[in-house]
Amino acid sequence: MTTYNFAYLDEATKRMIRRALLKAVAIPGYQVPFASREMPMPYGWGTGGVQVTASITGPDDVLKVIDQGSDDTTNAVSIRQFFARVADVATTTSTTEATIIQTRHRIPETPLSPGQILVYQVPIPEPLRLLEPRETETRIMHALAEYGLMHVKLYEDIAKHGRIAKTYAYPVLVEDRYVMDPSPTPKFDNPKMNDSPALQLFGAGREKRIYALPPHTKVISLDFEDHPFEVQRFTEPCALCGSTGVYLDEIVTDDRGGRMYACSDTDWCERVRAARAEAAE
Amino acid sequence: MSDTPLLEVDGLTRRYGARIGCADVSFRLWPGEVLAVVGESGSGKTTLLNTVAQRLAPSEGVVRYLMRDGTVRDLATLGEAERRFLARTDWGFVHQHPADGLRMNVSAGGNVGERLMAVGARNYGEIRATAIDWLGRVEIAADRIDDGPRTFSGGMRQRLQIARNLVTHPRLVFMDEPTGGLDVSVQARLLDLLRRLVAETGLAAIIVTHDLAVARLLSTRMMVMKSGRVVEDGLTDRVLDDPQHAYTQLLVSSIL
Repeated sequence: MTTYNFAYLDEATKRMIRRALLKAVAIPGYQVPFASREMPMPYGWGTGGVQVTASITGPDDVLKVIDQGSDDTTNAVSIRQFFARVADVATTTSTTEATIIQTRHRIPETPLSPGQILVYQVPIPEPLRLLEPRETETRIMHALAEYGLMHVKLYEDIAKHGRIAKTYAYPVLVEDRYVMDPSPTPKFDNPKMNDSPALQLFGAGREKRIYALPPHTKVISLDFEDHPFEVQRFTEPCALCGSTGVYLDEIVTDDRGGRMYACSDTDWCERVRAARAEAAE
Repeated sequence: MSDTPLLEVDGLTRRYGARIGCADVSFRLWPGEVLAVVGESGSGKTTLLNTVAQRLAPSEGVVRYLMRDGTVRDLATLGEAERRFLARTDWGFVHQHPADGLRMNVSAGGNVGERLMAVGARNYGEIRATAIDWLGRVEIAADRIDDGPRTFSGGMRQRLQIARNLVTHPRLVFMDEPTGGLDVSVQARLLDLLRRLVAETGLAAIIVTHDLAVARLLSTRMMVMKSGRVVEDGLTDRVLDDPQHAYTQLLVSSIL
């Protein structure tokens, strides 16, 4: 592939994105505008995440891509192949071996370690988007830390449903300053963002925004004193590996109402099953 | 009444290009006082209100305000953060059309609670209890708390807007034609309510209206505006019963 520069983007573009990333890391939770490029995939398929990954990938990196926690869905496979072709980097499905993990929705169940980078694909970076239609106004609200409206949304949830009904893209407060949309990750993963040893980078391609959480950043999910933040709970363990306390996908198995619950993180599920098989031998 | 006025306005002018919105307006407002600004359509009443409330930048003149900490501040020197904080805690603004002042997609309780949450209230139960209390004070049944303003009548929406503004106990409320667009009996109830709330809470208000009856019922003092300028001001009863300026005489004779 001599026709493409290393990792697809030209060096000037990578520098521009790295500058945005540096600013984003310096101001945790703040949305930094950047000159998002056209990528060889449609908006909504992770163009923001791909641009971030392309800008931070070096020849020695090991890349893992997950989509809904899974390594083998279309989006994950095609992005992994894309970087294998244009950057010739090593790819993996193992969370522990990866240096860069690009994700849509999930944070791996395996705890991340220092030196790892988690890249999120973000569709809507603005947490106030559906509450305040004017972007000029939301920017002022962020600048002045006027976040009462965010709680109005949570109030409405409790008034209507008796509890905070938001289950994904659950708003968080970063370092007691910026309210941030953690992209459409299930709120199950919100506690993993807090004080994470890994660097977390968020790229929104269509919206042209980058934001970041440096390692060991305080990330608090918004709530009320008398309606505290809670994660989803599952009544049964994973049908394949028996794990509890992990995020499960509901899988429909036939057309007569049959269904099973299995780990959404395929790497974790395989690892647990392999360990179990080894112990049995 | 204290010695220091709550609000001091000196030589306030707002121009729209070469045209005048309001020109050279000066007045004082003391705590607990209700000032009515009357005049016909296009006389600059609303421009004056918006300029005093810092929703429009003045072209000339000064607006000074007695802050809660007892200092008198020139509002032009306030930073944007301070100005917005003032506007959502110590002030209220009641729009003529409730849709401009309410969040139409948020329930009545959420509308009343928004200001509380904006100043840091984080207890759902307490926010809700305060919202129910205020809905009661503006005569909205507690069981309507989870209904949206779209399901409310015009009069109810206006009362909800008032509750939403008063929940943080502001000391100054700006009202732009609060009874405009309401039918007469609903107007009368709203006026009763406003009179009671003003008396109970001791808040000061500036009310813009073209309706002299509203001005007479609510206000202690009034200013008459014509072509952007104040042509007459004084105690409400004096101005209405003994108008001095030719324009005020015309106004009084044509309406009363």
